[in-house]
Amino acid sequence: MSVQGDIAPGYESEEGEGREGIREGVRSYLLGLALAIALTLASFAVARTHIIYGPGIPVALVALAVAQMGIHLVFFLHITTAPDNTNNVLALAFGVLIVFVLVFGTVWVMAHMNHNMVPMQDMTGIQ
Amino acid sequence: MNSVALPADSPGSGHAHSHAPGHGAGGPAAKRIVVAYGFWIYLISDIIMFSALFAAYAVLAPATAGGPSARQIFDPNSVAIETACLLASSFACGMASIAVGQRSMKWTQISLVITGLLGFVFLLFELREFHALVARGDGPTHSAFLSAFFTLVGCHGLHITAGLLWLGTMMAQFYAKGFRRDIQYRYMCFSLFWHTLDIIWVAIFSLVYLVGMNL
Repeated sequence: MSVQGDIAPGYESEEGEGREGIREGVRSYLLGLALAIALTLASFAVARTHIIYGPGIPVALVALAVAQMGIHLVFFLHITTAPDNTNNVLALAFGVLIVFVLVFGTVWVMAHMNHNMVPMQDMTGIQ
Repeated sequence: MNSVALPADSPGSGHAHSHAPGHGAGGPAAKRIVVAYGFWIYLISDIIMFSALFAAYAVLAPATAGGPSARQIFDPNSVAIETACLLASSFACGMASIAVGQRSMKWTQISLVITGLLGFVFLLFELREFHALVARGDGPTHSAFLSAFFTLVGCHGLHITAGLLWLGTMMAQFYAKGFRRDIQYRYMCFSLFWHTLDIIWVAIFSLVYLVGMNL
């Protein structure tokens, strides 16, 4: 412990990770790849199927997309709950908030504006 | 910088003690973590920019101005191939990360070549799709829907193009300078960039192509 206490902040060893890191790393990426492939296939299947109630298909596609993004974040970008990842998770949470406000806010406001607009044929009458 | 959990005179409470950075008790975080955090902030701002393009597309998708709708122009097979290429490319990029961690020049370069080739194939399919649309007169000037579509998907394509240039630069740097620490930080940023582009593509193929084919 005392030897570690003398290490300068931000110190990293020059040597690579141990050999046992390979198996662990490859297995993690393979698991992420398998889950991503499964969700992608599910998305394409849902888009073509007639089993699901038609208007429910976009909802299912959004759910599958969000799930796959989560898989990518955890297995490929390594955004985890580890202590040195707290800042990344907080920044991501803020980003997700902004994305939701931006996308849903825009769609909501614009849908209402379309709904409340005077139809084109009435416009010609006013002029 | 309050190390509440540790008594003031404990040997581990000084600056040099580097356990659990990010909770205020371990002194400054490792440079690798600070670099990744800074680049992650950029990536999130990039994602927010894409979300604005998604919002514009969602609003303008019905505005076809007498031109073709999403249902008529999207080719599911082309999208499937593009998706497969980008996912495999992302996986190859992950393999390259492991090879870099192992300081294996051979496997680093092999993985990066595969990453780049798959990204290039993706780009070819996207350009083929764009070219076919423009040749039929359904270019970005035809309708608001097509403008929004070309902007959103084209912006992702430009990111992929920039990523391919960066990838080539990284291969040259690994070859010429070896596994120096600063080169590894650059590669870490590249891999974050490449994986994030795959995440944005997941949103594009699901929300633009697959939802579009069902409208």
